[in-house]
Amino acid sequence: MQNEFLPLLYSFHFYLFGLIAIAAALAFVTRKSPVAAAMWLVVTMFALAALYVMMDAQFIGVMQVLVYAGAIMVVFLFVVMLLNLGHPSEISDMRGKWGRIFGGFVGLALLAEVLTLTRNPMDLRLIVPAIPASVNATGGIIGNVAGSLFHDYLLAFELTSVLLLIAIAGAVVLGKKRNANS
Amino acid sequence: MIAEALTLSAVLFAIGVIGVLTRRNAIIVFMCVELMLNAVNLSFVALSKLYGATGQVFVIFVMTVAAAEAAVGLAIIISIFRHQESVNLKDINLLRG
Repeated sequence: MQNEFLPLLYSFHFYLFGLIAIAAALAFVTRKSPVAAAMWLVVTMFALAALYVMMDAQFIGVMQVLVYAGAIMVVFLFVVMLLNLGHPSEISDMRGKWGRIFGGFVGLALLAEVLTLTRNPMDLRLIVPAIPASVNATGGIIGNVAGSLFHDYLLAFELTSVLLLIAIAGAVVLGKKRNANS
Repeated sequence: MIAEALTLSAVLFAIGVIGVLTRRNAIIVFMCVELMLNAVNLSFVALSKLYGATGQVFVIFVMTVAAAEAAVGLAIIISIFRHQESVNLKDINLLRG
């Protein structure tokens, strides 16, 4: 932070990417075509990856681009292509007027609730347990994550591989074409 | 900056909820769930600036669960499409009784 303009530039880009994320998310929810919606969601994910990098989580930012934008959204688009759903259907898939009003109302109520919870002066330690930030100066950016992941959460990490194995088996079994006579 | 990130996370989560409640295309509903997971990831990363790298570890776990969920969920959608020729949630009412 030698340059005095750096914080200004930083906050400018922070708000810029935040606005891009919100605008792309709104566009995503309102598009009729599934392909257009998926593309807007990819834009949201890229903006979030930029925010992760700005918040000193470079590894998570790279993972966001590779796993979310690169892998999961490709799977979604692949299914859209496989089922030939790319063109917007004649009948809108939006719910009726009352359904939309109800959905918007519930969403805005939830937003107000979360915002009051975030804004109120209650001590953060009541919500989040205070974990001392053990910043390892020699660990670097990835070293801190890796130390926590492979030491404190090793069992959870290994169980994650079991979860992925189960998901692969389940996807294969569900996606398999069954014989008509069985 | 952390407050702004948490606010952005809340807004994105609410947009995801609105999408789940208003859309009937099963694939788009699924993508809205992914958006909500992303919003939660954002607040994890923002809080990891305060409380150390544990938040980023949980972001990795959330990503894994999201990938598994996408694989299984899309397989279910394909399987339903074979029977119903539709992914509209209005047509998927087998368990309604």
